[in-house]
Amino acid sequence: MIAAKPKGLAAHRPILYPAATLAVFFVIPFGIMLAVSFCQREPGGFYITEFSIDNYANLFTALFGRVLAFSIFISAFCAALCVAAGFPFTYFVTRMRRRAQVVWLVTLVSVLSLSAVIVAFAWSIMLSQTAGVSNLLVWLGLMEKAVSWSPGFWALTCGMCYIAFPYTVLVLYPPLSRLDPHLPEAAQTLGASPMKTFFTVVVGSLRSAIVATLIMVFAFTLGTYLIPQILGRPQHWTLSVLITDEAIYRSNLPFAAAMSVFFMAVSLALVGLTMLAGRGRGPAER
Amino acid sequence: MNRALRQIFLSLVMLFLLSPIVVVGGVSLNAKKTLYFPPQGLSLAWYVELFTESAWLVPVQNSLIIATLSSLAAVSIALPLAYFLWRYRVFYARVLFMLGIAPFMLPPVITALGFLAFWATVGLYGQMVATVVSHAIFFVTLPLVTISLGFESIDREIVEAAETMGADSRQVFRTVVFPMVRSYLVSGYAFCFVLSLNEYIVAYMVAGFTVETLPIKIFNALRYGYTPVMAAVTIFFVALAALIFGLIGRFGDLPRLMGALTPESRTN
Repeated sequence: MIAAKPKGLAAHRPILYPAATLAVFFVIPFGIMLAVSFCQREPGGFYITEFSIDNYANLFTALFGRVLAFSIFISAFCAALCVAAGFPFTYFVTRMRRRAQVVWLVTLVSVLSLSAVIVAFAWSIMLSQTAGVSNLLVWLGLMEKAVSWSPGFWALTCGMCYIAFPYTVLVLYPPLSRLDPHLPEAAQTLGASPMKTFFTVVVGSLRSAIVATLIMVFAFTLGTYLIPQILGRPQHWTLSVLITDEAIYRSNLPFAAAMSVFFMAVSLALVGLTMLAGRGRGPAER
Repeated sequence: MNRALRQIFLSLVMLFLLSPIVVVGGVSLNAKKTLYFPPQGLSLAWYVELFTESAWLVPVQNSLIIATLSSLAAVSIALPLAYFLWRYRVFYARVLFMLGIAPFMLPPVITALGFLAFWATVGLYGQMVATVVSHAIFFVTLPLVTISLGFESIDREIVEAAETMGADSRQVFRTVVFPMVRSYLVSGYAFCFVLSLNEYIVAYMVAGFTVETLPIKIFNALRYGYTPVMAAVTIFFVALAALIFGLIGRFGDLPRLMGALTPESRTN
């Protein structure tokens, strides 16, 4: 049954259908997008096939630069927050009993699977004037009267971290659960405090995993589209919002395609960086 | 690390994850069309509206149809590919596997725009079939990874034993291999189903104006003001996700699936 090489067309039969569907519905769409990015817009339609590089030339505008810079800033900020909180959290979870671990994982996956619309809606309620956290602070006597904290920068940060945190934990979970439990024990036997053990042994031996996670969470938050629209103000819109806006509301598919190609280049560079960071694994893993 | 400190930290994380859901749950019970927390008066009217008013019922149906069909299509693509990859370690199978992983690694808006350009060119823009096929490709990663994990967990000696006893490769697949990957297949389907139900950007880009799914409906409705029905939808989604992942956690191997689903381990 297990053979090194498939022989003949009959052996290849199972792979023909997946290969065909992926080629037609994934590779071809990307090819079309790449081609469209060199086309020109057709008012009222999608695009006309007339070669031009104007779309790429038009990328270098102040608006695009500002949106790109803000996208990178907010994603990096949320990635840093999530990894800073997520790393110790994941470490604690991997040290729990299996049943408790499963309960946490179910909670995290459930939250992660929630639509961004729903997350944004939930947080706008959480930070609203009538049902929000400020009511609790008023009740506690810490504030004069209830206020609305959404939309705004911190509302956006909350919403983005809400979806990025479970993702962070799930990315950190495999390397942390592979960490040899004898390592921290040995450090403590030798007299290191739990705090010192955590920062020198656990953090130290997983440094490359942390860097890889940071980049991955960054790439993940870079893709958020709905949360900036609902929880942020127009100056908080990200590149994803700009691309959709261009494609749907301005019906300028070629320009949206050019932005996507640029965005994809940035993302692929990030994936490449992740792989590089993952290569320098310490001996503590595996 | 200090025990008490650890407990406080874990509780804070739990609070962060659960409090929006608790507040939304409370809001969904308001008697009048207001968004107060704690709710003023208790009523389940908004849940009734979700499943009776056609403005909400049609998107519910659309979402359920799309999720059911696209997950089925995704599994049908993933199963033979994972099988082939397990049987023959050839590079072009690995290339196809990477292709199946790619939609999940890229920012969703890029894949969504690719689909939009494709369906606009083919002429099926705005049709439900476009949403179904796009979701199938977009989420094929999930069954592909879980089913591959299932194949890897098969002891190859069992397969050899079946062959020694005279089973041909079709019989081996039907009687030995398939039963062993079935639970992974179900997990992959479930992951795909929940994520398709919640997906916004791809559904919006390929048919957002004609085939309204539940997330699209919520977002459109947000522009005209908030109603407690949205809170009811949120609770419906949370409950569904918790139920499905709870079942996987109870009957499947969630820690192992998690290890396989995270991209970090895939680069190895």
